[in-house]
Amino acid sequence: MFFLLFSFLFVDFTSAFSPKIINGILFFQFVPSFLKFINTLAVISIGFIVVFVLTLLFGRVYCSFLCPLGTLQDVLWNLASRFKKRKRFKFQPPRNLIRYSILGITIIILLFGSVLFLNLLDPYSLFGKISSNLFRPLWYFINNTGAWVLGKFENYSLYRVEMKSYSWASFGYSLGVFGLILWLVYKHGRLYCNTVCPVGAFLGLAAKFSLFRIRLDETVCNSCGICGSNCKAECIDTKNKKVDFSRCVGCLNCLTACPSSGVKFSVSRSKPVVEKTNSMDENPRRNFLKNATLVAGGVMTVAGDAFAEGLSDGKIPVKKEYTIIPPGALSIDHFTNSCTACHLCVSACPTHVIQPSLFQYGLKGMLQPYLDYHTHFCNFECTICSDVCPTGAILPIGLEEKKLTQLGISKFIKENCVVYTDEKDCGACSEHCPTKAVNMVFYKNDLKIPEVTKEICIGCGACEYACPTTPKSIYVDGNPIHKLAEKPKIEKIETEVNPEDDFPF
Amino acid sequence: MKRRHFIKTSMGAGVATSAAIAFGNIDVLFAGSPAPADLPYDLVAVRNGEPDVMFDKAIQSLGGMETFVKPGQKVVIKPNIGWDVSPERAGNTNPLLIKRIVEHCNNAGAKEVYVFDNTCDEWTKCYKSSQIEELAKEAGAKVVPRNSESYYREVDIPKGVRLKKAKVHELILDSDVFINVPVLKHHSSADLSIAMKNLMGVVWDRMYWHRNDLHQCIADYCTYRKPDLNVIDAYRVMMKNGPRGVSVDDVVTYKTLIVSTDIVAADAAAARVFGSAPEDIAYIEKAAALGVGTFDLSNLNINRIKL
Repeated sequence: MFFLLFSFLFVDFTSAFSPKIINGILFFQFVPSFLKFINTLAVISIGFIVVFVLTLLFGRVYCSFLCPLGTLQDVLWNLASRFKKRKRFKFQPPRNLIRYSILGITIIILLFGSVLFLNLLDPYSLFGKISSNLFRPLWYFINNTGAWVLGKFENYSLYRVEMKSYSWASFGYSLGVFGLILWLVYKHGRLYCNTVCPVGAFLGLAAKFSLFRIRLDETVCNSCGICGSNCKAECIDTKNKKVDFSRCVGCLNCLTACPSSGVKFSVSRSKPVVEKTNSMDENPRRNFLKNATLVAGGVMTVAGDAFAEGLSDGKIPVKKEYTIIPPGALSIDHFTNSCTACHLCVSACPTHVIQPSLFQYGLKGMLQPYLDYHTHFCNFECTICSDVCPTGAILPIGLEEKKLTQLGISKFIKENCVVYTDEKDCGACSEHCPTKAVNMVFYKNDLKIPEVTKEICIGCGACEYACPTTPKSIYVDGNPIHKLAEKPKIEKIETEVNPEDDFPF
Repeated sequence: MKRRHFIKTSMGAGVATSAAIAFGNIDVLFAGSPAPADLPYDLVAVRNGEPDVMFDKAIQSLGGMETFVKPGQKVVIKPNIGWDVSPERAGNTNPLLIKRIVEHCNNAGAKEVYVFDNTCDEWTKCYKSSQIEELAKEAGAKVVPRNSESYYREVDIPKGVRLKKAKVHELILDSDVFINVPVLKHHSSADLSIAMKNLMGVVWDRMYWHRNDLHQCIADYCTYRKPDLNVIDAYRVMMKNGPRGVSVDDVVTYKTLIVSTDIVAADAAAARVFGSAPEDIAYIEKAAALGVGTFDLSNLNINRIKL
């Protein structure tokens, strides 16, 4: 149920759930809630603390009951074992070097203000990417087939929806991770969670101190090995009657599997054997302080000319200096330092203007979303991305504030414009502009040509999207730090309409 | 009421059909609407009423909706639903007017009434904010999606000067009766958006028009299939910052409605309401030159109704 709900969030195109419900569903997601807490210090984002406390009490129950990627692995395992004889698990020694190296690197670069490893490895965000990039097209296909069939019967309750743009890098990465997980699940159950996943490694460290934990009752256990062969974390050493609880994902399958009640889930009596751990033991508050001071020093690199287009006869290429980030994302620094590329905003955006990036933010911001004005433009009356973002990379923004948030500024290239090259009216840019920052002014004869009033431009990209020329004659260059636009000047039209007047014809 | 309607309509249909056969005007038979000569007026203009009341009066003076819609026919209504704005902003056709037109079509025995527009802003939001989806459905219309290219079929426009081909929404191609219901408003590049400009919303690739002489393409398209009836909503009129508008302060309440089968005459009359000379609007002149209709209102038989 939970899993289906989660998947639905990432494939839905109808805004079926209100952002409040979505925020509720995502409350317990460890990394997003942690980042959002850093960003907002809001009580609403203390899901990660709850998870941490739960782990200290019961171990990594997050991994089995809350993590969508964990659930996805269980679903895959169940599907796989339907077709093949159920594979038996066997105790494996921990691969601590890889496990703690990844955790270490993740934390170190996080302290330096980069979320790259979380972006690439955080289980929630990976699940988001897999859902948004792999499952969503599938869902669209099913929906469109349904819409087509119903359409034949003149029923329009379903409508077709198109993948307006497709990021192959994002698709490729998601497919790669999905393939890797599929293979790991088949080979060694939850090996991803115990070797690659930084959240798993971190919670594993906490689980070493758990109050309740799984253990084998030496008086009852006869080392029959049944629990071990059912343990998808492969952490029960039945020979020595030991459980590596740092790797236990808390599925509790061993409890039901044991024929002689030899597996116990109870308060630990002995002091935990603390292995020599590196000093990466994370303390959220300390981390927050470190992070907050270091975030400011985060270095940004932005790929500049990702948008160069083909040219002919004296036309000028479009060169964007800065990538455009969603309203509420404050600045490229803030956004790239907090976004883990879960792609929930990509799925939720009604115009599909939000697309996964490749290197627009440099390597460190790989796959983080940006506004792609080739796909569409940012709807004036909408704040859905800021409402659903679970990490606070896009902070909640009121509609009125959004309408004045300047994401970038429109720049007009006269040499590319139809009015200049063909001496014919066009004005598609001005038509679409919600603030009339792009206005048509007299040019020659009766022709009108666009003119940009920068102060009231909010950089929504409507003009760029609508512009019919190649290369574009008008485009938005991003503001690396969002600014506040001026309100459009509003003058009441003073026209008296007298009902007694005759028709003007 | 229904039976009387039916008898009237079948008689009307019979007369129209025999007239069509007698005069050899096969187009009339195909389009399912009477030749302008059969109508008591070339153009009806109404003012000082609510949108629905003004339409009642206008259609009544043309012999009722039965003149245009025969029992069992499929009707497509094409409002302007271009923008994600509320009705007060006058960026979209008045939803009450659409509702009333749907009701008239159903009363005339239409088998099905469809409503759609190829919007500029995200279409589900436009359909909702305009309130057209809600009210049209209330009146029993099918509000149809527009967002996928697969709904559009390519057609030839042999008489077009610049626009030779266009991908047109299947409902425009497959319906018996086509009612065009634009809103009169200022337009930053086409000067005014009225009935002819509204037809940009039945094709898929609007941007081709913008790239290839907008005014000529607007006129060219009208040589392909003219609407059977044009109903121009000038209840609220956006006087500047069109076609999207910036605030309600762009809007003046004119409480006017114009109905005509001649799309050029309808646009000319609406231009006058706006305060512009029809000959100053390039596409009106170009359409007249292509023989689509006339913008010389002085020779038309106009019914002017003040409420």
